[in-house]
Amino acid sequence: MLEIKNLHVSVGDREILKGLTLTVKDGEVAAIMGPNGTGKSTLSYVIAGREGYDVTQGEVLLNGENILDLDPHERAARGLFLAFQYPVEIPGVATMQFLKATLNAQRRSRGEPELQTPDLMKRVRDAAAKLGVSQEMLRRPLNSGFSGGEKKRMEVLQMALLEPSVGILDETDSGLDIDALRVVSEGVNTLRSPHRSFLVITHYQRLLDYIRPDTVHVMAQGRIQRSGGPELALELEKNGYRDYIAEEAA
Amino acid sequence: MAARQETVARVEAIDVDAYKYGFTTDIESEKAPKGLSEDIVRFISAKKNEPDWLTQWRLEAYRRWLTMREPDWARVHYPPIDYQDLYYYSAPKSTPGPKTIDDVDPELLRTYEKLGIPLREQEILAGVETRKVAVDAVFDSVSVATTFKEELAKAGVIFCPISEAVQTHPELVRQYLGSVVPVTDNYFATLNSAVYSDGSFVYVPKGVRCPMELSTYFRINEQKTGQFERTLIIADAGSYVSYLEGCTAPKRDENQLHAAVVELVALDDAEIKYSTVQNWYPGDSAGKGGIYNFVTKRGDCRGRNAHISWTQVETGSTITWKYPSCILRGDNSQGEFYSIAVSNGHQQVDSGTKMIHLGRNTKSRIVSKGISAGKSQNTYRGQVSAHRKAEGARNYTQCDSLLIGHDCGAHTVPYIESKNPSAQFEHEATTSKISEDQLFYAMQRGLSAEEATALIVNGFVRDVLQQLPMEFAVEAQKLISISLEGSVG
Repeated sequence: MLEIKNLHVSVGDREILKGLTLTVKDGEVAAIMGPNGTGKSTLSYVIAGREGYDVTQGEVLLNGENILDLDPHERAARGLFLAFQYPVEIPGVATMQFLKATLNAQRRSRGEPELQTPDLMKRVRDAAAKLGVSQEMLRRPLNSGFSGGEKKRMEVLQMALLEPSVGILDETDSGLDIDALRVVSEGVNTLRSPHRSFLVITHYQRLLDYIRPDTVHVMAQGRIQRSGGPELALELEKNGYRDYIAEEAA
Repeated sequence: MAARQETVARVEAIDVDAYKYGFTTDIESEKAPKGLSEDIVRFISAKKNEPDWLTQWRLEAYRRWLTMREPDWARVHYPPIDYQDLYYYSAPKSTPGPKTIDDVDPELLRTYEKLGIPLREQEILAGVETRKVAVDAVFDSVSVATTFKEELAKAGVIFCPISEAVQTHPELVRQYLGSVVPVTDNYFATLNSAVYSDGSFVYVPKGVRCPMELSTYFRINEQKTGQFERTLIIADAGSYVSYLEGCTAPKRDENQLHAAVVELVALDDAEIKYSTVQNWYPGDSAGKGGIYNFVTKRGDCRGRNAHISWTQVETGSTITWKYPSCILRGDNSQGEFYSIAVSNGHQQVDSGTKMIHLGRNTKSRIVSKGISAGKSQNTYRGQVSAHRKAEGARNYTQCDSLLIGHDCGAHTVPYIESKNPSAQFEHEATTSKISEDQLFYAMQRGLSAEEATALIVNGFVRDVLQQLPMEFAVEAQKLISISLEGSVG
């Protein structure tokens, strides 16, 4: 469960999030939609603990614990996963090696035994097969020379292996063709469970045809402006964000 | 909660100096009087019971050295060294000369045990996983033990302290000593020729593939003592040898001088693979203490199709001045240089290589990876040259620098010179920073800032690590992460 309470965030002198409040319950898939430049990516970075953002007020609770004072890797070990809009390349580090390092780092910090290589390889291969990630890709340096679709599949593969309790998808649909979108969405859908929450951040309704949300929230001007069910996404698709931008400007 | 405690412990461990080999061994030693003079040179020569030609050779070097000036072209800064304030010879009292392992002072054995260097052959044999490695252990100025000598002798390989080789194989020593790095070569090499006290000697006879890895482990223990070791490796026609050198020193507040000379000779179709894992004490976080490492390493591909390859992982020393080189004399001979130089704190590194193409169709390859963190300065300096007769010479140089933080520097100084129009030289250089994007991404997946940095750095140095013998590659990888502790955040 993820609870964001009255979150205010600034970068330099500029306030970007202005009292954002949102709760995503266990098993819930919540979609955040909103115009560009409204602070959607800022929200995902602040939840994950990226440096460079001043949280001036508010709380972010992960399964009841305030995580704002924790380092990014501590938040990750407590079950938070962020699928990046632009996954980062790490030259020279084989994908399999990266998966092993991260998975075992999380297990270590939770006091669980590390996975031995054969067990780990089996898990990775099984998860990779479901997402159409080839063995060859696992040998290549992480995200180096991957296509947009391959990078996003790799994000979902990591999420499947790390088994977070809260997954944030930041514009996962950007740069994907329909086929890749379907594969990635199916990957996410198989991870849906009563114990896992998702926060799906997107600009377009398209993604929500594949990942059906339980709730939809419209974000504009650093706040949630309106919340509703899946029908809200369709309404936005028809009318755009005009109303919300006008409302704020007024 | 446990995880939290572990994190705290880890952070605390980072605050104190991370150097793991900084202990001193409490052992009585016999020293030459402080300072340098002809008498000291004669003293060392007499200690080693050397023949007259060698004493004269040393004296000639000493007189030459008096006329030379310390080089100042490297991008390193240090206060003037007082050469009269150093001891030039120090030997553990209990070990007058190398003998069987049972005669070695237990205190010394414990020292090497602590360093993770097994000197008892049966202990090495008991370990199922480890491959056999013969070790020559040099403590301050003398060799204290050499393992697997008999087994190597069966294959005809000579592996012993050079002081012993002077007695047992004087003709080989006389023929090759100073034939790659002449007495007059440079300030530090000339000093070494005058006062060198020990080091390793290897001779691999014609057509023999050395049955195990050879290695020398250098340890400086005594205060105010210079270590001047001399290594000579000869690979006769068609032979092969792989050799590894490791070094550590205690933490001391004053700087210690290390001026070594390594000479390699590869005859027709011979191959020498020389790897170094250099982990001398780098000084503390304020820049106090540490080893001054002024080393001359050179390999001579004297025969046709000879092949010499240098691989180095440099993490220690407060100052590094070191350019392992290849003279590609024989036609079709090949030289390689793979280097990882990590600098942190106040370390200064000026290192690189020289590839001198003299023969026809000679090839060389240079891959250098410099990693700078803290307030360190890291310079790659390399020379590639083709002689008039070096028809078809080829070189490929790749020189990459990685910066961590804002207060360090990386510099690349290539010298390229070709006197033959058919020579083809390529040079590629990059400088990059570990990006915040990369760090955040890896941390989001569960790695701490330190772990994330280590992983990214390991990716950066991967193609060089692959050149090291496998078990040392693992060690080197660990060493690099230790050296970079405290470099982020």
